[in-house]
Amino acid sequence: METNGSRNRENFEVREHDVLIIGAGGAGMRAAVEAAGKGLSVGIVTKSLLGKAHTVMAEGGMAAAIGNVDPEDSWRQHFIDTMKGGKFINNWRMAEIHAKESPDRAYELEQWGALFNRTPEGKISQRPFGAHTYRRLAHVGDRTGLELIRTMQEKVLATDTKVYMETTVTKLLQDASGRVVGALAYTRENGKFIHYKAKAVVMATGGWGRIFKVTSNSWEGTGDGAILAYDIGAEMVDMEMVQFHPTGMVWPPGVRGLLVTEGVRGEGGVLKNSEGKRYMGDYDPERMELSSRDVVARANFSEVQAGRGSEHGGVYLDITHLGYEGIMQKLPTMHEQFLKLADVDIAKEPMEVFPTIHYTMGGIKVEPEHCATTVPGLFAAGECSGGLHGANRLGGNSLSDLLVFGRRAGIGAVEYVEQNTHGTDIPEADVQTEIRRVLDPMERTKSDKDESPYLLQSELQDVMMEHANLVRDEDALKEGLGKILAIKDRVPNVKVGGNRLFNPGWHTAQDIKYLVQVSELIVRCAIERKEKRGSQWRLDHDELVDEYGSINFITKKGPQGEVEIERREIPPMPGHLSELLDESAKGAKV
Amino acid sequence: MTENGNSAARAGAAAVADDGPKKTVKLNIFRGTEEDGKEVEYEVELAEGMVVLDAVLKIQAEQEDDLAVRWNCKAAHCGSCSAEINGKPKLLCKSRVEEYEGQEIHVQPLHAFPIIKDLVSDVSWNYEVSKGIKPFTSDEQAPFTMYEEDVERLYEPKKCIECFMCQDVCHVLRTHNKHEEFAGPRFFVRNQWLEMHPMDNQDRLEDVKEKDGVGLCNITKCCTEVCPVGIKITDNSIIPLKERVADEYYDPAKWLMRKIRGRKSMTNREAEAAKNGN
Ligand SMILES: Cc1cc2nc3c(=O)[nH]c(=O)nc-3n(C[C@H](O)[C@H](O)[C@H](O)COP(=O)(O)OP(=O)(O)OC[C@H]3O[C@@H](n4cnc5c(N)ncnc54)[C@H](O)[C@@H]3O)c2cc1C
Ligand code: SF4
Ligand code: SF4
Ligand code: FES
Repeated sequence: METNGSRNRENFEVREHDVLIIGAGGAGMRAAVEAAGKGLSVGIVTKSLLGKAHTVMAEGGMAAAIGNVDPEDSWRQHFIDTMKGGKFINNWRMAEIHAKESPDRAYELEQWGALFNRTPEGKISQRPFGAHTYRRLAHVGDRTGLELIRTMQEKVLATDTKVYMETTVTKLLQDASGRVVGALAYTRENGKFIHYKAKAVVMATGGWGRIFKVTSNSWEGTGDGAILAYDIGAEMVDMEMVQFHPTGMVWPPGVRGLLVTEGVRGEGGVLKNSEGKRYMGDYDPERMELSSRDVVARANFSEVQAGRGSEHGGVYLDITHLGYEGIMQKLPTMHEQFLKLADVDIAKEPMEVFPTIHYTMGGIKVEPEHCATTVPGLFAAGECSGGLHGANRLGGNSLSDLLVFGRRAGIGAVEYVEQNTHGTDIPEADVQTEIRRVLDPMERTKSDKDESPYLLQSELQDVMMEHANLVRDEDALKEGLGKILAIKDRVPNVKVGGNRLFNPGWHTAQDIKYLVQVSELIVRCAIERKEKRGSQWRLDHDELVDEYGSINFITKKGPQGEVEIERREIPPMPGHLSELLDESAKGAKV
Repeated sequence: MTENGNSAARAGAAAVADDGPKKTVKLNIFRGTEEDGKEVEYEVELAEGMVVLDAVLKIQAEQEDDLAVRWNCKAAHCGSCSAEINGKPKLLCKSRVEEYEGQEIHVQPLHAFPIIKDLVSDVSWNYEVSKGIKPFTSDEQAPFTMYEEDVERLYEPKKCIECFMCQDVCHVLRTHNKHEEFAGPRFFVRNQWLEMHPMDNQDRLEDVKEKDGVGLCNITKCCTEVCPVGIKITDNSIIPLKERVADEYYDPAKWLMRKIRGRKSMTNREAEAAKNGN
C-alpha cells in the first residue's frame, strides 16, 4: 500500500474503494449506508470528527408529509409548499421526489433507532414551521439534527464503511477521459497525504456560510466540495441564492449569528419591534411569523433599518407565553444557549435576533433521479448540491433532502460502479503536483508579500457582508466583485508558520481559495438576476420579474478559467405537477 | 497590560480615549505534544460575553496561527471543543471568561487520551468502542407505535453530544488506563438507551458485563458532574445497567422471560393490558 517516494517526491498512501464519499453529514452518511449495503467497498472522508458536521446543529426538525398530526397533509401539498417557497425556480422533479420520499426516510430513521417526539396516539409528532401548510416537521425537542446524525453515524459504524476522520480532500482526480477516479487528501492530525482511488465519488460537503462574517455555520462551511467540482468542469446552479435565516443571535459579539431555531416561531414565538408592536402583520398578515424565511428576514431587517430595532440592533422574539415548563419540553437547547451565552432567560424575557447567513440553496447541478453531476463519476447530494430549494429553502426541508438524495446518490454511485469497468490509475506526477501545491503555504520561504489566511478570510467576509448581503444592488455588487477579484489575486500569498502536525493555520490556508471562488460565483449571478425573488433581493429591481421565473443561472468554469454564466430555461413541468400548482393558485389545498 | 506588548496590548493602547483602555485577559495554554509540551501565557483583548473558545481563536488568528483546537458549533451542541480549564473538563464554547475573574486561566487538552498537539487529543479510541456496541435492532417494522411515557426516559441518554468529558474524568480510564476492559460512561449511556428502547430486541447485557466492564465502575459520579447536557450518567445509565446485569446473571426466571418475550420490555400500555389479563 505504502508508496515510498524517493528524492523530490512526497510519500503518500494509496487507498482504494469502489465508492469514495466526501463529507460525513447526513447526506454523505446516507449515501455510505446505501453503497455499503450493496456490498461495495466504501470510504467516507470528513474534515472533523464523526458526528460533528453541520447536520448535528440542526434543531427544528425534518419535513415529511406523514400526516400524523394533520391527516390532510400529502406529498402534493409538500411539493406545492416547496415550489412556492422556492419561487418556482426549483427543479420540479427533485421537489416531487423529495415530497414523495421524505416519509419513508423518516420511518427508516426510526427503524434504525432514532427517537422522535410522539403524538398521543404513539406516532411521530410533527410541529408547524414557516410556509409549511400543515404541521409537518418530525422533531425531537430542538435537537433533531443530533438525533439524525447520531443515528446515521451508528448505522455507518455498523457497516464495513471505512471512516477517515479529520481528513481534508484538496482535489478531485480525473483520468485521461475526464472521469473522476479518486481524490487527493491529507490528514489534519499529521499532514500525511492519501491518494484515494475510487470508481465513483459522491460529494456531500455541505454549504459555504463562512463566506460571511455573521453566520450560523462552523469553520467547515467553506464550500470545498462545490469548488472542487466546479474546478473540474461541473455545472453549478443558481449560486446567487443564499439563505438569510431571520433569527440569529445578536449579543454578545462572540455569538453573533448563532442560530435561533425557527422552532421558536413554530411553537408560537412572536416578533416585536422596540415599540412593542407585533409587526409581521405588515409583511404577511396571513402567515405572520410563520411566513417563509425570505419574507421574515426582510421584515426583521426592515424594522431595524426603520429605527425600530432593539438595544443591540436586532428585533425581539418572544416565547415567554410557553412558560418555563413548556420551554424545557419543546426548546430546552435554546433555553440553555441563551442563559449560558447571553444571560437571557427566555422563559422570562424576549430574545434579541437579527438575520444570519444560514444555508446555500445554489450548488452543484445534479440530475434528479440519481444525483449525477455533469462530470462522469461524480455525484453530489445535500447542501453542496443545488436545485431542490430554488430561491428559498423551507425550514426542515434540508434534513429530509439529505436523506432522500443521499440515498439516491448512493444508488447512483453503485449503479455507475456496476456498469463501468474502468481503472482508477492516474499519473503519479499529478499527485505530486497537487501535494506541492498544498504544502506551498507552509514550505515556501517567507517574503514581504505574505498574508495571514485568517485575516484574508476575514477581509473577504467583510466584503461579502457589505456587498452581497440580504439587500443587494448593482453598483454595490459590482464594487464587491472588484474587491473579491483583488483578494483572489492575493490568495497565492497566503503563508503560515508551524509544521504539518495539527496546524489550523495551514488548514485555513487551503479553504481560502474555495471561499473566494464561491463568492465570485455568487456575486456574478446576483448581478445577473435583476429582480426580487426569494433570498435574492435587489433594491434596484425591487419586484418579481416573470422572465426570471423560468430560468436558472448555470455557471461553469470556462476554458481560460473565467466564469461562464448561462441563462438556462427550466424545462416545462409535466401536467400532473402543473395541475397541482394551478389548483393551489386558485386557493385550493390539495 | 503586558510588558512584551503583544497585539492585544497594542490595540489597547490605541483605543479611543472615551472608551478608556481596553480590558485584556491572560490565558495559559498548553502548547506542544504529549512528549514535549508546556503552558505558554497569552494576552488578548476581552470582549463582552467572551467565552474561552473566543479567546483561543483570537489568539490563533492574531498571534499563533498554528495553535490547535477543535470546535464546530460554538453553541454547546456538537461536543467538539472539550478541553480542561483549570484541571476540569469543560466545553470551551460554553465557558465564559468572566467566570474566572480573579483566577488564573489554564487551558489544557483532555488528558485521558493521547495528546496530539496543543488542545487536541486523540479521541479515536471512543469510536472504536462505539463500533463494538451492537447497534439498534428491531424485528418490528417502523413506523412504530410508542407512547411518550414509553420513551420519556430515553430522551436523556440520547442528548449525549459525545464531548467525551465523562470519559476524561473517569478514573478507571484516566488513572488506571483500563481502556482495554472498560467502555467508559459515554458508552454506558449508549447501552442504556439501546437496552431500554421498547422496540429493540438485541441482547447486550453480556457485553456490558464482560466486554464493556460495567463492574469496574465504582459509582463515584464524577462523570455525572461534568456532563454538559446534564445526563445523570451514574444514576440513570450505569446503575440501571448494573441492576440488569445482576438480574440477568443471578435471576434465571427473568432471564427466561426475556428469551420468551423476545423484546426486552413491553410498552407501558402492553404491560397494562397484560396486567389486566387481556
Ligand atoms: C445551526 C443550524 C441549524 C439547522 N437547522 C435545521 C433544521 O432544523 N432543519 C433542517 O432541515 N435543516 C437545518 N439546517 C440545515 C442543515 O442542517 C444542513 O443544511 C445540513 O445538515 C447539511 O448537511 P450535509 O450532509 O449536506 O453537510 P454537512 O452536515 O455540512 O456535512 C459536510 C461534511 O463534509 C465534510 N467536508 C467538507 N469539506 C470537506 C473536504 N474538503 N474534505 C473532506 N470532507 C469535507 C465536513 O467535514 C462534513 O463532514 C440547520 C443548519 C444549521 C447550521
Ligand atoms: S461513576 Fe463510574 S463511570 Fe462515572 S466516573 Fe465514576 S467510576 Fe467512572
Ligand atoms: S454523556 Fe455527557 S459528558 Fe459523556 S460524552 Fe455524552 S455529553 Fe459528554
Ligand atoms: S464548539 Fe460545539 S460544543 Fe463547543
